Amino acid sequence: MKFRTEFEGPWSTPKEPLDVKTGEWRSQRPLTKGEKCRQCGWCSLFCPCGCRKEMPHYFSVDLDYCKGCATCARVCPAKAIMMVREEI
Amino acid sequence: MSMLDLRGQIRVLDGNRAGAYGVLLCRPDVISSYPITPQTPLLETLYKFEAEGLLDAEMIEPEGENSAMGVLLGACAAGGRTFTATSSQGLSFMGDAYLLAAGNRFPIVMALGMREQVSPHGVFAGQQDAVLVKDHGWVQIFTESGQEILDSIIMAYRLAEDSDILLPVNVCYEGFYLSHHSQRVAVPGQEEVDEFLAPLKNMKRLKWTLEEPMVFSSYTVPAELFTEYRYKACAAHQRAKGKFDEIDKEFGKKFGRSYGGQIEEYKTDDAEIIIVTMGCSTGTAKVVVDRKREEGVKVGLVKVRMFRPSPRERLLEVLNGKKAVGVIDRSVCYAWGCGHNFVELKALLGDIERPAPIMLDFIGGLAGADITDQHVARVIDSTVAAAKGQRQQTVTWLSLE
Repeated sequence: MKFRTEFEGPWSTPKEPLDVKTGEWRSQRPLTKGEKCRQCGWCSLFCPCGCRKEMPHYFSVDLDYCKGCATCARVCPAKAIMMVREEI
Repeated sequence: MSMLDLRGQIRVLDGNRAGAYGVLLCRPDVISSYPITPQTPLLETLYKFEAEGLLDAEMIEPEGENSAMGVLLGACAAGGRTFTATSSQGLSFMGDAYLLAAGNRFPIVMALGMREQVSPHGVFAGQQDAVLVKDHGWVQIFTESGQEILDSIIMAYRLAEDSDILLPVNVCYEGFYLSHHSQRVAVPGQEEVDEFLAPLKNMKRLKWTLEEPMVFSSYTVPAELFTEYRYKACAAHQRAKGKFDEIDKEFGKKFGRSYGGQIEEYKTDDAEIIIVTMGCSTGTAKVVVDRKREEGVKVGLVKVRMFRPSPRERLLEVLNGKKAVGVIDRSVCYAWGCGHNFVELKALLGDIERPAPIMLDFIGGLAGADITDQHVARVIDSTVAAAKGQRQQTVTWLSLE
C-alpha cells in the first residue's frame, strides 16, 4: 500500500493547503487606486482568504490565492477598490 | 457531599441517568448537547452534576444539534475529551457535522436515545435513527440495559481515543424502554474508572494549538490522497472490532461485568437454531430462549452489540453449522423490504459454510410497540419449523399479524 502522508485523517499543517492556488478560480481581480486608499485595513479584515497585505501606502493583494470574490471592494469605505474582469 | 454523587454505589436508575453517571466518571472536558426526547433527562442530569460541582466540564448550550456537534469538532481538535447526546431528528439535523466527526477521526462519544424517525411523526422507541446513519463512519454500540449503557460509555472512550482507532462512537439505547425505565445499576467508583482510562493518557493524537496550528477537514487533492484517507478510516473500523473485544475483556476483569465484546452469545454452543437480537428486546428474548430450552428446543441467542463496524467474523463463527436463523429487527430497510440487521446477516451468506442456515426476519417493536414473550416464542417456533424444512414467510411484521 502506497501512502503519501503519516496522518490518519484529512489534517495538515497550514502549509499544505497553500499548494492549492485558489487564485486560479478567479474571473475578476481587485484593483486598488493608491491615491484613494486611506489604509483603514477593512479589506484586509474582511478578506476571507487573508490575502490583503499592508504596504507602505496601500493594501496589496496576493493574486495566487485571491478568488475575486469582491468582498474587499464592497466593504472599502473610500471606494478605492474596483473589480476588473480577467482577460484570457 | 452532593446527594447526587452515587459513585461507588448500587442504585435504581433509569437509562438516561445511568448514562449520565457513565459520562461523569469519564471526566469529559467539553459537553455540548441540545435536548430532545427521549435523551433530555440525561442532559439534565449532567447539568445537575455541573451545578453541584461534581462535573468539571465546559457545558455549552448550542442553538441546535448541528452546532452542538460543531462545537465538539473544535473542542476535539484542541485535544479535549468530548460528549454529546441526541435522538432521532436531532441526529438528522446534526447531519453534516456528524459526518465531519468521523471523517476527521475525532474520538467523540455520543449517547443516542433511539427513537422513530419522521414521518409518520412520533417520539416512540425504535432503532430507525441509528441504523439510518450506519455508513456515516461512526462506531455504533447497541445496549440492552441501564447498566450496559453506563459501562458502554466508559468502554466507548477507551475505544474512541485509542491511537490505533481514533473514531467517534455512538452508544445507542432505545427510548423509554431503556431511557426511562428504572433498573438496578452499579455505579463504579471514580478511582477504578480513572485506572481503566489511564492508558489513554499516553495515546498519541493530532492536536491543534495556537503555537502549532493545524488544518482539519482540509480540501483534499489529489484523488490518491483522498482515497488514502478513506482507506485509513476503513482500516481503523476493521481494527476497532478486535480492539473492542479486548476492551470488553479488560473491563470484565476490572469491574466484574463483561458483555462478550462485539456480540454476546447466549446458549449458542449446542444450538441448532439462533435468534439474533439487538438492543433491549434481548432481555425478553433470553427468557423465552430459557423457556424453549426447557421444552427441549435447541435454540441459542446472539445479541449484536457492535452494529458498526460489522462483527461479521464473530457472526460467521457462531452461525456456521446452524440450521436456521431468526432475526428480530426494530427498523425497516425500504430497499430490501425487511429490517436492517437482516440485510447485514444476509450479506454473510456468501461466506458461510454449506449448507447455509435458512434466514427469517421478524420486524417488531416499531413506534414503541412491545416485543412481547409471545412474539419471541412465535419467532422461535417459525425458525424451528424452517429448520425442519417447512416453508416459512421470509419477512414477518409481528405487529401486523
